[in-house]
Amino acid sequence: MTSTPTVPPLTGTITIDALIDRVFRTFTDALGSWWPAEYHIGQADMATAILEPRQGGRWYEQGVDGSECDWGRVLAWEPPHRLVVTWQINGQWQYDPDPAHASEIEVRFSADGPDQTTVSLEHRHLERLVDGQALRDGITGGGGWSSLLELLAKAATNQA
Amino acid sequence: MGTNGVDGLGLLGDPTRRAIFELLAGRPSTVGELAQQLPITRSAVSQHLRVLKDGGLVVSRAEGTRRIYRLNPDGVTALRAYLDRVWEEALTAFGKAAQVAPTDPEQEDQ
Repeated sequence: MTSTPTVPPLTGTITIDALIDRVFRTFTDALGSWWPAEYHIGQADMATAILEPRQGGRWYEQGVDGSECDWGRVLAWEPPHRLVVTWQINGQWQYDPDPAHASEIEVRFSADGPDQTTVSLEHRHLERLVDGQALRDGITGGGGWSSLLELLAKAATNQA
Repeated sequence: MGTNGVDGLGLLGDPTRRAIFELLAGRPSTVGELAQQLPITRSAVSQHLRVLKDGGLVVSRAEGTRRIYRLNPDGVTALRAYLDRVWEEALTAFGKAAQVAPTDPEQEDQ
């Protein structure tokens, strides 16, 4: 038995001048239109990102060569108010199929008025991503960080 | 209200701190070595390092007369900080997409 200390969840909130239905659809149906293309895990450049609109569906990236890389699964599909998906990308920046290593992202949509919607996101159970110790071993062994940081460096460069 | 403001700027939201984080990811360094590679003074580097240390992303140790800074090997903290930045950027992009959608010329059915 190992016990991993709980890591505080990440939270983010954004208010958008649009109807709740449109905001929910943009987040889900149109995921590929807004997800920053530099944050992907496949060997090929990312062409788009897709979220299957049902409980148990996949959410994944599609590369320019047609290859697919899973990011996680849809745990709760409650349009237009709530969405829960798993994030199973570990510290090696690879998909980890083990559900015990899955972190969760919950997104809540609430209508502030007829034309305004607040979106609250929580990314929790981050400690599960490193339950396998892969991340720690990678860092202390001088390995695993490289892919993550190459990505970070790439993202920062693209921003300049 | 009603703008695209995203709450909770992460420790890596500041471009200079991000640059320092990336340099330290490349290799452990002293304040002087970092300052040589950045367009800021040593004292500015030190201030950013203090913030990164307080946030748990960076640790330091003395080696003779030099103090070497490196990323905290506690991967959870660093991974969390990294994902914080991913979400900050993703939500900002999402807000723009959701807001421009009604006037998107490709949405023929609007």
